[in-house]
Parts: sequence; structure tokens; C-alpha cells
Amino acid sequence: MTRKQRRLLVIGGIGAVLLGAVVLIAIAFQQTFSFFLTPSELVAHAVEDGRAFRLGGLVKAGSCARDGEALRFTITDGQADVAATYSGLVPDLFREGQGVVADGRLMPDRTFAAAAIMAKHDETYIPKEIVDELKARGEWYEGQQGAPLPAADNPCRAP
Amino acid sequence: MTIELGHFALILAFAMAVAQAGGGLLLWRRPSAGVEAMVRQTALLQFLLVAGAFASLAAAFLTSDFSVALVFEHSHTLQPALYKLTSVWGNHEGSMLLWVMILVAFAASVAQFGGRLPGELRTLVLGVQGLLVAAFIGFTLFTSNPFARLDPAPLEGRDLNPILQDIGLAIHPPLLYIGYVGFSVCFAFAIAALISGRIDAAWARWVRPWTLAAWLFLTLGIAMGSYWAYYELGWGGFWFWDPVENASFMPWLAGTALLHSALVMEKRNALKIWTILLAILTFSLSLLGTFLVRSGILTSVHSFASDPARGLVILAILGSFIGGAFVLFALRAPTLRAGGLFAPVSREGALILNNLFLATACAAVLTGTLYPLVLDALTGARISVGPPYFNLTFGVLMTPLLIVMPFGPLLAWKRADLLAAGQRLLVAVVVAVVLTTIASALLWDGFSLAPLGLLLGFWVTIGAIADLAERGKLFQVSTGESIRRLAGLPRSAFSSALAHFGVGVSVIGIVMVSAYESELITTMAAGESVELSGFTLTLLGDETLPGPNYTAERVTLTVGGAGAGTLASERRIFIASGLETTEAGIATYGFSQLYVSVGDRSAEGHVVRIWFKPFVLLIWLGPVLMAMAGLISLTDRRLRLGVPSRTAQQIEKPAE
Repeated sequence: MTRKQRRLLVIGGIGAVLLGAVVLIAIAFQQTFSFFLTPSELVAHAVEDGRAFRLGGLVKAGSCARDGEALRFTITDGQADVAATYSGLVPDLFREGQGVVADGRLMPDRTFAAAAIMAKHDETYIPKEIVDELKARGEWYEGQQGAPLPAADNPCRAP
Repeated sequence: MTIELGHFALILAFAMAVAQAGGGLLLWRRPSAGVEAMVRQTALLQFLLVAGAFASLAAAFLTSDFSVALVFEHSHTLQPALYKLTSVWGNHEGSMLLWVMILVAFAASVAQFGGRLPGELRTLVLGVQGLLVAAFIGFTLFTSNPFARLDPAPLEGRDLNPILQDIGLAIHPPLLYIGYVGFSVCFAFAIAALISGRIDAAWARWVRPWTLAAWLFLTLGIAMGSYWAYYELGWGGFWFWDPVENASFMPWLAGTALLHSALVMEKRNALKIWTILLAILTFSLSLLGTFLVRSGILTSVHSFASDPARGLVILAILGSFIGGAFVLFALRAPTLRAGGLFAPVSREGALILNNLFLATACAAVLTGTLYPLVLDALTGARISVGPPYFNLTFGVLMTPLLIVMPFGPLLAWKRADLLAAGQRLLVAVVVAVVLTTIASALLWDGFSLAPLGLLLGFWVTIGAIADLAERGKLFQVSTGESIRRLAGLPRSAFSSALAHFGVGVSVIGIVMVSAYESELITTMAAGESVELSGFTLTLLGDETLPGPNYTAERVTLTVGGAGAGTLASERRIFIASGLETTEAGIATYGFSQLYVSVGDRSAEGHVVRIWFKPFVLLIWLGPVLMAMAGLISLTDRRLRLGVPSRTAQQIEKPAE
């Protein structure tokens, strides 16, 4: 092999791997990305059946009802409400009035079945997307969250 | 009073950093003895000053001095002493001070231990480091001052975020920051090399110990963070592909690539442009990580205490350092001449392959992390990219890397024989296949890709052992002769084998847990039993216990069946904040763990979530082995900071 051929082989190989990686990233992206929606967006636009998406909002006050492992609650952004269900343990900071981001799908009866609920380490957490939404509507004020709730009075975590 | 002293010390350190940057960057060409001494001593003095500032803040936290606003916000008199101390960096301002202290410590160690570096290079490197220090002390002082007072002083503090009240906070952030910030040395060396135009094998030799040190701390920091999240968050997950995790993982991928490419540059004087670029990229990714975490522009489960306004300042610092570095790189790179030639099949070729896949994997993670942000900024569309994307792209890109990994160390420099290397690995292939077959048969629960993953893991671990066996000519010569041969090997041979072995160990752990863990969510009353993976768990009952600054509701379970023991999961309700945390109950059997998280109470008892995680500890054992390998390599005398004088003399000649 001449020096030139050798170099071509190396550069060609690297190029092929990079091209493959770009195609892989594009395909993986197309197949797996999910929309982040607020309740009003979910009400306004249809979501493909069975497609997983991420729903962010606030846990509506007075909406938590626990029955054994099953938890029913409502995610709201002040405009629209979406009924949600979840099975299992919720994060420690999960409570009514608290910001919540959940991964899940829409069921045939238009309720949102959450597969995973995320809450932050931070006790004053509202998803950034919801803050933007509230700010855009002029309904945001600093200190929105208020003081944390005593654990025993949290209907999301005890019957 | 001490707080004002600390504040003053930090301001003084800022002024000194400016002087160091000015002196180093303007007067590096043939520096006089005075300039050299000034730059060195300011670097050392800054460390004393910033350490003093940090100590004064720590003292305020330990004595619960609530006249300091930061202490009031993030501490409480009832906290145990350890958590009072860790509260120092359990918040934005304090963690920036820790960041700066580590940055200054690295600059001081270059000044202290860089005695064998040529004076011009050392002055220039310290100049660049001075610039970094000035920028970050400036950021701390002007936007996130930890020393602000509060008048009148409150009687009681607001308490540290309960989730952070854990030994994990004492270990994870310092390790992670040492790793992140350690790459600043590589960055400074790269910038110095670009400014001075001297880029050669000796440069790689000087940079490698710093890269290794930063890399091993970053490895440990990420692993400990993962374990902390695993036991503290109560979800039993070890990696969520969360933006904050990705932010620490990207510098690790780039740093690992740098470690390997610097090897080529050191040994063969090749890949110079790429290595310099990687050094810049690695630290840029560290800065990007700091920006992502500190600015709060991403929705993450791990970030805390963020402030978007400060994010803009960090973005500006980030932009000027990265932008400046790339402009310099673009100006200089064309003047660099390619080094040693090599055939595609060679040690160099294998290391290029390593870099290629690590860099693309890093790019895939970067794309997934930043694309939602970019899309939001450009179109306002909000999407999220989750674990499926990362698992797919990262998994596909890592597979070829793991396949070629055992070949690398067996290939010769310049030109190698792939067939011969393959023959020498034949035994490793057979052993890996046999082990995979046995493990998959024992664990069989339906068709999955898991055996392929296990095969990769065993292949890498056995391949690493085969590498050492080959070097010692094990089973080919007498045992005594083999031992003599192994003892004569350089430490770097052992460290690379051990690091690769660690990678394989982690792969096995990840595959085992992902494919074969079992999980159960149920409601249990006292006396009730459930079964999972051969274990019988019986709920004994609950009790309320007082803690130092919380009350705990502890639920105890006994384990029978496949293993015996007791487990206790707690819900802690913190007195100061009223917040609660869940402490998982974990029982370890060999490398496997039973993981119990008791959460919400229902009318019939406690909602209990139980996992059996087979070989889960291997996930973190792997990185610990890798870090040990890094440590062994650091003690290799060929890598000592005092480079052999022969090389030092060669460097004195100006490079063309």
C-alpha cells in the first residue's frame, strides 16, 4: 500500500463511521423523542395514540386520591386540567400545588397514565416550561410555591 | 469578623489572579527571574488566600453564624457537624467557592511541582490559569458572593435541603469538582502550546499526569454520584440520562479519549492537532456542565439552587474561553506538521478507533442534551429526549469500541498483525462464550439481547486478563519465569489492563441489572410476607424514632429464603422545613442487592416497592477499578512530573 492509499483508507474509514453515527443519531432521535406538553396544549392538540410524551404542570389542589398503590390526581396549568393516574411510590416532594413532570401516555378514556414521575431535589420547584407559560400569561409571581406542606397533611402520600 | 477576613482574602486573590494573568500572558517570552517568581508566587499565595476564605466560610457554618446570609439560608443548629460542614457547598455560592478553591489548588500545584518545566511554558501556563481563576473568582464575588451579611441575624437557620443531608454530599461534589476542574490544567497547557507554537511529544508527557489525575477523580465522582442517587432518591435507578448527569459524563468521555490520544502523541509524536483540540474540548465540556447545572436552563432532577441571571454571566465566561481557544486553534492548527506514520492496523490505529467512537458517543450525548434547548430557542417547540435515545445511540456506538478494546494493547506500534493478535485472543473468546452461555442459561427468562451484552462484558474482562497473561507468557514458560516477566512489566501495562477490566466489570453489572432485575409493588401490613426472586420478605412493623434534626418513621422487614437479614426503610420528616425524604433499605448479598423503598401509607398498610438487583454493585466496582488503574499509572516513574532531563534538554531547542 502506498502512503496515499493508506491515508485514504484511514480517512475513508473515519468518514464512514461518522456518517453512520450521524444517521444513527437522526434515526434514534426520530424514533424516541417525545413532546413536552402542558395541559392546555394537550387539550388543544391531538397526540398520536399510544405515543409517549411528557406532561408538565402543577398538581391541582384537592385532586389527590390514593387507593392502595394507585394514585389519581389532576395536572393543571391554570387553563386546562388533565386527569392522571400513577401506580407506585411518588417522589418525596410530590404534593398538591407542587410542580410535576411526568412521562406517560394517553389512555382511551383521555386520562394520562404516568409511567414515571419526576420531582427535583429542590423544594421550590416548578418546571421551567410552566414558569414560562405562567409568565407569558402574566400570572407568575416570585414565591409562587408557598411554604412546604407538613408530610402528614399531604393527601398525595397518605389516605 | 472572620467572614470579612475571608471576603477580603477572596478579593485579594482576585487581584493577584489578574496580576498573574497579566504577568504570565504578556511577559512569557524569555521571562526574567522576577516575572517567573512573581507568577509562581501569586499562584501559591492565591491558594492560601482562597483556602483561608473557604475556611472562614466553613467556620461560619460550623458555628451556625446566622449573621451570614448563606449560613441562614442553608444550615440549622440541629444539623450534625458533618452536615454543617457539607452545607458549605450544598448551595450555589458555596459550591462556586469550592470550585474556585480547586481551580486555584491546581494552579498552585503546577507552580509548586512544575519545576522541571521550561520557564517560558510554565509562565505561560500559569498565565492562562490566572485568567481562568480571575474569571471565576470574579464571577463568585460579583454575582454569587457567599460572604454577604444579614442584619439583624436570625436565631435559627432554614436548614439544608434534606435530600442533601447525606454522607454523599461530603464525597460526591468534591470528587466531581476535582475531576471537572482538573482538566483546566490540560486546557491551560493546550492554550500555552498554541500561543507558543511548541507542540511536541514532551507536551503530551507533561499533560498526561494531569489528565490522569483529573480523569480518575471524575471517574470516582460520577460513580459515587450514581450510587448516591441510587440509594437516596429511592427509585432504585443508577443512571437516568438526566441533563445534569450527561453534563458530567461528556467531559469524562472526552477526557478518556484525551488520555488515549495523548499516549499516541507521547510515544509517536502523531495526532498532535487532535490531542490539543481534545484538551480544549474536554475542559469546554466541563465548563458547559457547570453552566448547565448552575443556570438551571434545563429541567433536571438533580440540580438545585440555580439562578438564570447568573447563568448568562457563566455563558459569557464560557463563550469567551471556548471561543478564544477555538480562534487560537484555528490560527495555529494549519502550521502543525503531522507526526509519525503508521499503518491502519497498529496500536495507533486502535487508539484512533477508540477516539473516534468515544468522540462520536460524546457528540451523540451532547446532541441529545442540547437539541431540546436549541429547538426551544429557535422555534419554541418543546420536546424532551429521554433514556431510549441515549440507550440506543450510546449502546450502538459503544459496542464496536468494546469489541476492539482487547485487541488494542496487543497490537504493536506502527504496524501490527491483526491475525496474530486474534490468535492470541482465541482462548479469551472461548472463555467469554462459555461464561456467557452458563450465565444466560442460569438466568434465562425469555429471549432478549442480554446475552450479547454479557458476551461483550466477559470479552472485555477476559481480554484484559489475556493481555497480561500474554505479556507474562503464562503457560508457555515456567510459572516462575512468568512471574518474573510480569514483575518486570511497566506499571502502565498493569494499569491499562486493570482499567479495561473495570470497563468490562461495569458492562456486566449494567447488563445484569437492566435485563434480570425483578421488581414488585405491593401494599403490606405488619406480619405480611411477599416473595421475590427466591427471597421472602416479612414486614415486622413500624416505629417512630427521633433523629438529630428529624423524626424517622422506620419500617423493618426481615429477609428469609435465598438470604437472611433485616432491612429498614425510613421516611424522615425534617423539623426545620417539614420536608421529608425516603431512605431506602438495602441488603447486600455478594454483589447483588435487595432494595426496599417504603413510601406512602394506605388504609391497608404501607405501599412497598421491592427490587432484587443482581450484581448491581459491579456497576460501581468497575469505575473504582478504573480509578485505581489511574492511580497505579500515576505512580509509574516514567510519568513523574520531574521528566527525565534528557527530554527536558531536547525541549530547550526551539521547535520550528
